[in-house]
Amino acid sequence: MRPENYQAKSHPPSNEYELNFGPNHPGIEGNYALRVKLHGDRVIAARADAGYLHRGFEKLMEGRLWIQNIALVPRICVPDPTPMEVCYSLSVEALCGLDVPPRAQWIRVMQLEMSRLAAHLFAFGGHAATTGLYTNMFWGVADRDLILDRFEELTGGRVYSIYNIPGGVRRDVPEGFLGRLAALLDYLESRLDDYDNLFFRNQVFVRRARDVGTLSQQQALEWGVTGPNLRATGLAFDVRRDDPYLVYDQLEFDVVTEQAGDALARNLVRRGELKQSIRILRQVIAALPGIDGPIRAPIPNPLAWNVPPGETYTRVESSKGELAYYVVSTGGDKPYRVHVRGPSAMHAVQVLEKLAVGARLEDVAQIMFSLDACPPEVDR
Amino acid sequence: MSDISHKDKGSILAPLKALGFLARAPVTEKLAPREAAANYRGFHVNDWRKCIGCSTCQKVCDNAAITMVSIPSLPQDPVKGIRNERPAIDYGRCCWCGLCVDICPTGSIALTREYVHTCREDELDSYFVLPDPNGMHDEHYPIGWSKSADADLVDLQRQPMAELPSEKRGDNFDEMVAGYSRQQAIIEASRCVQCGMCHDSCPTHMHAPEYIRAIWRDDPEEAVRQIYRSNPFSHVCGRVCTHRCEAACSIGRRGEPVAIRWLKRHAMDSVPDARVRQIAAEGKAEQPSGRRVAIIGSGPAGLTAAFDLVRQGHAVTVFEALAKPGGMPRYGIPAYRLPYDRLDADIGVIVSLGVDIRCNTRVGDDLTMEALQRDYDAVLVAIGLQLGRSTRIPGSGHPDVHAAVELLRRISDGEDIPLPDRIVVIGGGNVAMDIARSLGRLQRQRYGRVDVTVSALEDFEHFLADPQELKEAREEGIQVLQSRGPKEMAVGENGKLLGLRTLGVISIFDEQGRFAPRYDNDDEQLHPAGMVVESIGQMSDVAILGDELTERLEWNRGRLKVDEQGRTAVPWLWSAGDMVRGPDVVHAVADGHRVAASIHAVLQQQTEALS
Repeated sequence: MRPENYQAKSHPPSNEYELNFGPNHPGIEGNYALRVKLHGDRVIAARADAGYLHRGFEKLMEGRLWIQNIALVPRICVPDPTPMEVCYSLSVEALCGLDVPPRAQWIRVMQLEMSRLAAHLFAFGGHAATTGLYTNMFWGVADRDLILDRFEELTGGRVYSIYNIPGGVRRDVPEGFLGRLAALLDYLESRLDDYDNLFFRNQVFVRRARDVGTLSQQQALEWGVTGPNLRATGLAFDVRRDDPYLVYDQLEFDVVTEQAGDALARNLVRRGELKQSIRILRQVIAALPGIDGPIRAPIPNPLAWNVPPGETYTRVESSKGELAYYVVSTGGDKPYRVHVRGPSAMHAVQVLEKLAVGARLEDVAQIMFSLDACPPEVDR
Repeated sequence: MSDISHKDKGSILAPLKALGFLARAPVTEKLAPREAAANYRGFHVNDWRKCIGCSTCQKVCDNAAITMVSIPSLPQDPVKGIRNERPAIDYGRCCWCGLCVDICPTGSIALTREYVHTCREDELDSYFVLPDPNGMHDEHYPIGWSKSADADLVDLQRQPMAELPSEKRGDNFDEMVAGYSRQQAIIEASRCVQCGMCHDSCPTHMHAPEYIRAIWRDDPEEAVRQIYRSNPFSHVCGRVCTHRCEAACSIGRRGEPVAIRWLKRHAMDSVPDARVRQIAAEGKAEQPSGRRVAIIGSGPAGLTAAFDLVRQGHAVTVFEALAKPGGMPRYGIPAYRLPYDRLDADIGVIVSLGVDIRCNTRVGDDLTMEALQRDYDAVLVAIGLQLGRSTRIPGSGHPDVHAAVELLRRISDGEDIPLPDRIVVIGGGNVAMDIARSLGRLQRQRYGRVDVTVSALEDFEHFLADPQELKEAREEGIQVLQSRGPKEMAVGENGKLLGLRTLGVISIFDEQGRFAPRYDNDDEQLHPAGMVVESIGQMSDVAILGDELTERLEWNRGRLKVDEQGRTAVPWLWSAGDMVRGPDVVHAVADGHRVAASIHAVLQQQTEALS
């Protein structure tokens, strides 16, 4: 080295240090990591470290028959798999011009709202754990399990339903299912008060979550944030209402919003949506017995099914925001390209990195859980 | 806004609410083991008696978790479409999606409500399981996810085929079946699950999965290429084949089999004849071998052998006694089933490859076997069954009693045939239906009405003719009688034929299963007719071989005896087709391929010995 090029290496002050937060950490959702730079216990920089769950789904889908992908897509988002199936099916149907029978559409809405309930219970359970409120975590997970029981009954699978198929759904609603679902909804509704007392109104949580990870509406829009995280900044945008799919335009529900845009507001939006989902499900339970007809449009033999050439961007409202599939067909028996527009990719990487700056170390996990980031969907 | 107020701090006694939980059951209570849901997707079971080893489950499996395993102790029957393979599941790969269940053509696979499997470290291979009816751990768990009608992924409905209605076809020889449109053919081809049962069952092992796939891809030229790998009589087979493939089709287990025959016809009809000739010439030997082969008879067996041999570079000459080539398809099958220009198209391909067909050349009269032996390196005799068998009942020698094959030949040739207004046909096979329906058409042309009675030995449950033929014959006004045995021709005092006397049949076979019909003498009927047609079987005109050669050859109950390859007892002579094997076009084609391979092998040996 020439002397004129020598520069003394600058060392950070001794009170600054880097910490690997994850990928194996109770305060991280799934296999995900943040490299945080701290000054004392204050975060001064954060770098998201994604990719631990990369399975290459988008590429895998190009090598599989249209119908085989229905077993692949739910794996993209483990806590909220149903919108993946429905959205993929909707996009294949859009390419083929398939009309989904009304009964199948209502059954799909039912699953989507069941899945939303399960995902929100999981999310607030997770958030509660980051603030030390373990009872809520157990409640969230245990009550979600009751929804999974209904999923098992309806679809044959507890987590990965693999129940939606281009054209409709794979089995009809079992005898007596709607009654059991209604009973579950009554139970869940009765639990809302307990949740409020123990969590949403609990000062331990409220004080810790208030003004933490605050996102302004403009930031949210610039960074492509959707779903409850966007609605927590005061913007009532919901794909179900603003670009209705299936039979959402025939259902009554409110788009829940909060103004503060902080971790507390995001949780309160989800809490409000629990109630709205129960409301939607009750309408489905009332309507479904009156909707007869097939549960699937006729589709060709899946082993010899050429989907007409074209491309489609089809979106639904998942528990985490706007989920969309961009699918291109060149007329073959397999997709030419599938791109998943996952909502978490928007808020779990850049947004999380930015929101973490300035937070205290113990709030980093809170921020991540309040955003309801879904690492498997980020990585895909 | 959500409905939770944080301004409200609540009562000071609020923490006491927690006491209320003491009286409640814990939320995270350990649950007692419970049965899985009614359509749970647990481990696989497979009903081995229902399963036919078609491997469709393997094809739909997204994780390549299914391997087909051969089980030698299970039955294997290509004609019935049964393979002795069964799916084995690799539970290290399976994701329990259940697509295998939804697509299974037989409905043999299901998933049980059993879902726990653990193993020790040294038993990792216990995740590779061959499901049988007992399930993963022989514990007979109840069935969970199983075949349901509204979720079946197999398309059980065949594309309908347009046909001339009976009132439009009864008085003419126009082709009955219209053929598929392009769109229909693509949809029909898309029903195929590519199991290959059709290939296995076909006598000539046509590459049906491949050509069906090509039709589905809207590539009829590729379909024709696949067809010509194994069958140069595809216009003919696309119309009149006995389609064993469709009986073996796995889709036919629960629904209507794929219309493999009509698809073949569609592919052939979609490609211009000139292009078919180019495709058939692909791969033809460029250098002539210098060897010469004579073939007697220009039916499917003889011409298929000619097709193979000329492609291999041999010079092939075909001798045909009648005015036009084609054999039985031309002279035995009525034009409403097989328009002769389509037969001409098939033969045109073979001629275009360089086969020399000499019509009106009857071996025995115009040319002797000795001369053929002298002038050619190999001789194939494939003259079919051109002579009708007689019932030999009293009066069967009457001039108004005719053989069905003879009449069919004359109708095809456009000759005038005797046509009284009442006719009786003896026999219940497809030839009997052909002659009855042809005569019915001619009667309707001349008299404006049909009076043809078919008197069959068999009852309708054991009928020999295709059910479709029987149905169509009835639609055209043919009267078909079951269980009637011919007794004698009724002849008047002036020597005029009055009709046929028949007796009711008690049984057809004796206890040993030999043909020995027993009749009820009290149940006698007279069927008045001006002509009786005998259609009870055919035989071969072996007189052409000459006495000396006949003496040297080996015979089996009047049939020329040949080995597996079609070789006779004389080293330069082969035989193929109906005269040695029977009974239909596609078998003759298969036989033609077999015998051509044998001739080619011998000629090659000779060539190598000479050089």
